[in-house]
Amino acid sequence: MDILITGLITGSMLALLAIGFSLIFGVARIINIAHTAFYMVAAYGIFYFSIRLGLNPILSMLISVAFVTLIGVLVYKFIIDPIREHEGAVLIATMTLAMFLQEVILQLFTGDFRSIDFMIGGYFTVAGYKIFYQQLLTFGVVLIMLLAIWFLLMKTRLGLAIRSMAEDREVANLMGMNESRLAMITLAISVALAGFTGAVIGPLMVLNPHMWMEPLIIMMAVVVLGGLGSIKGSFIAAFILGFTEALVVFLVPTGAFLKGPVALIIMILVLLMRPEGLFGVAFEEER
Amino acid sequence: MKKCTLGWRMLLVACIVMAFSLPAWAAKTIKIGVIGPMQSLEGRDHWAGATMAADEINAAGGVKVGNEKMQIVLIKADSNEDKNITDASNAMERLMTKDKVDFVVGGFRTEAVFPMQDIAMDYKKIFIGCGAATDALCDRVGTDYKRYKYYFRGTPFKSSYLAKTSIMHLLACAAVIKKELNAPIKVALVAEKLAWTEGMVKLIQGYVPKLGMELVGTWQPSANATDVTAELSAIQKSGANIIFTVFSGMVGITFARQAGEFKIPALQVGINVESQKDGFWEATKGMGNYVFTMNTYVQGVEQNELTKPFMDGYKKRFKGTPTYTADTYASIKYNLVPAIEAVGSLDSDKLVAFMEAREYLVPSGKVKYEKNKDGVYTHDLTWGPGYLTSVGCQWQDGKLVGVWPNNWMPDPKNYPNLKITYKGMVPIKLPPWMKKQ
Repeated sequence: MDILITGLITGSMLALLAIGFSLIFGVARIINIAHTAFYMVAAYGIFYFSIRLGLNPILSMLISVAFVTLIGVLVYKFIIDPIREHEGAVLIATMTLAMFLQEVILQLFTGDFRSIDFMIGGYFTVAGYKIFYQQLLTFGVVLIMLLAIWFLLMKTRLGLAIRSMAEDREVANLMGMNESRLAMITLAISVALAGFTGAVIGPLMVLNPHMWMEPLIIMMAVVVLGGLGSIKGSFIAAFILGFTEALVVFLVPTGAFLKGPVALIIMILVLLMRPEGLFGVAFEEER
Repeated sequence: MKKCTLGWRMLLVACIVMAFSLPAWAAKTIKIGVIGPMQSLEGRDHWAGATMAADEINAAGGVKVGNEKMQIVLIKADSNEDKNITDASNAMERLMTKDKVDFVVGGFRTEAVFPMQDIAMDYKKIFIGCGAATDALCDRVGTDYKRYKYYFRGTPFKSSYLAKTSIMHLLACAAVIKKELNAPIKVALVAEKLAWTEGMVKLIQGYVPKLGMELVGTWQPSANATDVTAELSAIQKSGANIIFTVFSGMVGITFARQAGEFKIPALQVGINVESQKDGFWEATKGMGNYVFTMNTYVQGVEQNELTKPFMDGYKKRFKGTPTYTADTYASIKYNLVPAIEAVGSLDSDKLVAFMEAREYLVPSGKVKYEKNKDGVYTHDLTWGPGYLTSVGCQWQDGKLVGVWPNNWMPDPKNYPNLKITYKGMVPIKLPPWMKKQ
């Protein structure tokens, strides 16, 4: 029971991060290494608005998400778009951006550890296992986000355009779709998702300017396991790794620190045995 | 216009005079490198303690070296060692080659202090470690004295003594639980996975059963863990009423906050470096209440006559309580400077010979350097009554208070009347949710 509950909660946190990352890669082939840095900025934003300025936590969350989305759009326009055709350059640029954001946060808030208040305080007990309401909220938000993304992609004209572009960029372009604009919108959605992740997970975390690194590695393990660009794959892989982490902690208590390395080992094994992941497609270089 | 021209000329002349006189001025300084993770509180306290010492000494006229007075100049080196050990080595190398410092104080993470130590030894510069606790750092001095004799431990005392002191704290807490709850003691050991905790974990695992307590399990999360709910769930199921913590990293906040939120019916005792800081209460949103940790300085607690002036001076200048890395203050003011003045030289070899044989007071107790079983100095700090013992402190309703030593009997068999209590101690409190069990 312990493993089941811990796995579900950890998996939902990972899923929320991985879905946004997967979305922008699936649609525009942009590997956004700064994805978790946006989540960090959002978490610090909530800290600043709710703790420093004393604003309402929900309002702080909305402002922070809007703020990181704006940064994301600006980053796309001025950094990613000009070099989009060169995937390696995008990778390096977003990595540099993540480090830049880390340094900005370090200068603004120092390296001291910070915390945000829970949006819903307290906990409840299931079969003797304690669960924070905030963790339940995270789980709920993951489900809502998934439904929202599904609705956006499957039931709206924008979703149709995004899917078309994911299918075949050049044909979508020939059909008159503004590919660059669509990529920008998708990146904005992806960054907003990272922002929401920061908002719901932030209170469960300890804020520090390096908090983007650890989730980045596990998130990439999730995305590789699920299949690059596959949202469904990311969702399932997040829960597989969530349960793996829970198993490590419960079955090998003295090896709890191995949670991260185990995720990396899984990623390496998947890359060796099934490079396209569980639900991914082997992308062709040229179409 | 004429006045202005004259003014500019005077400024130019002053600049030229200053530039030419700089070598002479520079020659009359003692350069001390202060190395630490400057973006973290540990590094900032390295710097704070050192600046306090340097300012006090310089204001009093400087350091008397032979017949001349020298001013202390501090060189800040950001080691970034809590994130990148290579950065730490580079920072130390820069202090040696570019800044050409005479001495170095600081260092925090054992993994980074080892290479820093080697670099300082290569250049035969005295390096006073003010942060890393691993025994091996000073064991090296004893085993290869010729090479490592320039390394001294400034703070804290070594890991095995930290473990020993923590056992005293464990016994003090167990006594309160037995008295108030009349329950058998069950201990859960939770230690972050870092080099400095390895010796402590083994020692505590071996010791706890000998003390008539049950060790229900050992958990080792990462030092940067952001979620320990799984560990806490397992600990609660084990029935532990004491959680023995060995934390220096961020996990100290995560663990204390989540354990407090869940109201885990156990008293946390041991070492939690984050809980030594003023910001702990805010960082845990008040959930760190009743966390007990070993500490060096606690407001209102006095180990000797030097404690209060240091604490007051620090509080006035930096608006807070010093953490143990601020002992760069003691390393400069009570170790380096008196040695330089006594020897009358900056020569490392002459200074080592003088420094290792001294006994002197510092704000946290009294320093005496140890020798190994072969009689070779290890430059490790002596632990025990009359020397350095540290302070046990506990968060009680938003305030960090001193709780140990409070009627501590270090050797009841041989000295049944010897009881040690530092000024400003209060009783240990149990979390109310333990009593409702």
